[in-house]
Amino acid sequence: MGLTGDAHIVGYAERRSERRFSGERRLTLEQWAGLAADALRDAGIHSREVGGLVVGADIFEAQQFVPATVAEYCGWSVDFAERVDLGGATPAGMVWRAAAAIELGICEVVVMATASRPMPSSPVPRPFDDRLVYGASSSAWGSPQAEFELPYGNIAQNCGFAMYAQRYHDLYGWDEWARAKIASDQRTSACANPDAVFFGQPLTPDDVLASRVISEPLHLLEIVMPCTGGAALVMCSAERARRTNHRPVAVTGFGERLTHKTPTYSPELPHTPVAAAAQSAFAMSGLGPADMDMVQLYDCYTITALLSIEDSGFCGKGEGQAFVREHDLSYKGDFPCNTHGGQLGYGQAGLAGGMSHVIEGVRQIQGRAGDRQLARHDTAYVTGTGGVMSEQAALVLQGA
Amino acid sequence: MSDLGYQKIELPKPRPMPTATSLPFWDALTEERVILQRCADCQAWVHYPRSNCPECLSDQLAWHDVSGEGVIFTFTVTRQATTPSFADEVPQIIAVVELSEGVHVTSVIVGAEPGQVAVGAAVVPVFEHGDDGRTLLKHRLAG
Repeated sequence: MGLTGDAHIVGYAERRSERRFSGERRLTLEQWAGLAADALRDAGIHSREVGGLVVGADIFEAQQFVPATVAEYCGWSVDFAERVDLGGATPAGMVWRAAAAIELGICEVVVMATASRPMPSSPVPRPFDDRLVYGASSSAWGSPQAEFELPYGNIAQNCGFAMYAQRYHDLYGWDEWARAKIASDQRTSACANPDAVFFGQPLTPDDVLASRVISEPLHLLEIVMPCTGGAALVMCSAERARRTNHRPVAVTGFGERLTHKTPTYSPELPHTPVAAAAQSAFAMSGLGPADMDMVQLYDCYTITALLSIEDSGFCGKGEGQAFVREHDLSYKGDFPCNTHGGQLGYGQAGLAGGMSHVIEGVRQIQGRAGDRQLARHDTAYVTGTGGVMSEQAALVLQGA
Repeated sequence: MSDLGYQKIELPKPRPMPTATSLPFWDALTEERVILQRCADCQAWVHYPRSNCPECLSDQLAWHDVSGEGVIFTFTVTRQATTPSFADEVPQIIAVVELSEGVHVTSVIVGAEPGQVAVGAAVVPVFEHGDDGRTLLKHRLAG
């Protein structure tokens, strides 16, 4: 069951993380087309060859018929068109869907992108969007969150991840310094990445613990910094990948698991659906955690990365804090984790934040990571987290 | 303007807006009773209220009176409001309470200092009546 590794990531494009965007504001359709063009150019593939596309939930010029809108805008006739709605797990979810389509022979070249730069001011009011007020929570009448969560203040992501952290520590011990070290080690990598939002700003675990508490036990510097950006990937068959510009990166395993929307109803908190996604991804690839040269773990919060290290199998449940203390998670270390700085160090530009983990895995495997290039860079494990540990996707990437 | 080009808007504190399915739950709270659905086919307790049982998808769900008591499964103390309309309640102790029947409910722990609250602590229901005729099920530490 699963992928054979015939589908390859062959190109990418990324807009640098910026807290204050000073460039030209473009429609998300325009951003998408520009990212697609740059990623195709990176791969050495012409736009005419595109046979599939995957979009996320960040095209704002259409609420429905979005893939067709993008296909028309880019001038493509596609045999595979998906709209993935998995929050932060969207990019990892895009990659395996595209890989499956390519392996099934539906299409040879697939483009996926996430457009996260500011748009021009609209001359007419835009429809109300929950994301501006309630984050990932739905305020629509009849939604369980609107009725049973929002009236209690259980809104957006901070308090949900904090409740994961609280029960985690209650069961497995309180080592907040270890949690803070995740942000600190990743900041070391961000300082080797000129495109990171926190480039040039080192951070110690004590700095993290000295920042103000937002939702106990999580501190400000354990929470991602929203920023602007954008990202795109191009995938193609092994056959087509032979005539591209960089080392092809095969997708040899994936897993995905969804269990809940609100953590109140998470079946096994603080056990997460990462475990099921990881098991599937590793089993499919024939490799295990020990075979990974690097991990690129979705890290909207420090606790997200900690839970992902454990539930992916890099250590046992409850051993993550000791594991973090025993390993250097920076690009210089013995457990390279989020070598671009992670979203905690690189910034979270909407869905492009999640795609940054995939792209960093590809960049490292292709040997294009500059000052932070790893010596061993053939295999990468990548995760995506949507909602509050609600929607998990995992990928195993291998250099061809 | 936000960076996405939207108008920023201030909204009032969200209140429960019942549906036909959930109305008995909210009406019971106004009478200071807690009721839960239970599946007649698989005996599972169900919360939040649904049309179909999340264990077996049976639609044979019936309401039963319960104590509303339970233990704190997990919680957080907010030091920054989760949304601006909750600024008046900071620090707010938001909790997941495991009711005696095993189901989880979102609640707020009232009448306690943050340092007194712990995972596993026993809690009893508190009925917070609002001006809109709706009552929230919150909890306080038992004893």
